[in-house]
Amino acid sequence: MHEVSIVQKALEIALEQAQGATKIHALKLRVGELSGVVPEALEFAFEVVVQGTIASEARLEIDRIPVVCHCSTCNLDFQPANLFYECPQCHQISIDIVCGRELEIASLEVS
Amino acid sequence: MCQTCGCATVGEIAIDADRHHHHHQSIASHPPRQKIAIDRGILSKNDRLAEQNREYFKTKGVFVLNILSSPGSGKTALIERMLQDCNEFCIGVIVGDLETDNDARRLRSHGAPAIQITTGNACHLEAGMVARAAEQLDLDALDLLIIENVGNLVCPAAYDLGEDLRVVLLSVTEGEDKPLKYPTIFKTAEVAIVNKIDLAAAVEFDRSLSIANIKQIAPQATIFEVSAKTGRGMEDWEAYLRKNILLTSC
Repeated sequence: MHEVSIVQKALEIALEQAQGATKIHALKLRVGELSGVVPEALEFAFEVVVQGTIASEARLEIDRIPVVCHCSTCNLDFQPANLFYECPQCHQISIDIVCGRELEIASLEVS
Repeated sequence: MCQTCGCATVGEIAIDADRHHHHHQSIASHPPRQKIAIDRGILSKNDRLAEQNREYFKTKGVFVLNILSSPGSGKTALIERMLQDCNEFCIGVIVGDLETDNDARRLRSHGAPAIQITTGNACHLEAGMVARAAEQLDLDALDLLIIENVGNLVCPAAYDLGEDLRVVLLSVTEGEDKPLKYPTIFKTAEVAIVNKIDLAAAVEFDRSLSIANIKQIAPQATIFEVSAKTGRGMEDWEAYLRKNILLTSC
């Protein structure tokens, strides 16, 4: 359900930005691991949502963005090994999430 | 090589235009592809509306909670208990469900203005829905607005509603590992409340494991353990809330 509405919103932005174009060939999204969205479900929803639009044959590209945290004690950015976001040096749990929450439309390819 | 379609033609092709398949007849049949950079959040419209809500609630001096949980964790019961205990404040409620206005009716029976949003098939509330529902409330008269989100531990995490405090609720009957199963939502919450502690013994709930799990997944969250039914533990959560409401109204 959620992924369908996300894809609809992405498509709305794409159609608005594609002014004058007759065809959208590709749509690139950036999806963070912590965005709450499942890329596979986005792909499935995309096929349905684009039908009847100038993006009906578009390719969906998804850049998956891993979580990166910052440890202020060690002044270190790190990719957590698991859900606990523990600094590999001092083993404190970080609450400073540098990236991984992205849910963005990056670019379009149109003609 | 043709820059338009990649076919192996070179320079000015003099092949009969009728026989050659495309580009020398009309460039319009093969307009060049162009990349457009957008770099915009897919939910940027929601984020903008949420920020407008936040500003608006602030000018009205209303403190706003967004309560998230799976279905059946006791969100409505928690709010009912808060309506009874914190009756020195004027409290309004916006409640989201897929269907029925049962929850709003329950809350109205405590004398609180309660607006039901029935989302149909949508699995979460969005900032625009909250803005429209809030129009039906007399915000000038309110100290606290409680938004009871649709019961769902996944989708509501991505939607800022303009709240001051995001509260995630879990109940002992759901198991100690709920935060491990739904980390995203726990990582976005300022407060985590464990509800139904009156049932802990009956379901052999491991309290220390549950608290350890929340602390590991959501070290930023302040944790409270309550029974909305018996009222046990509510005073700590309500003291924390009162402090926040008073800071807003100052």
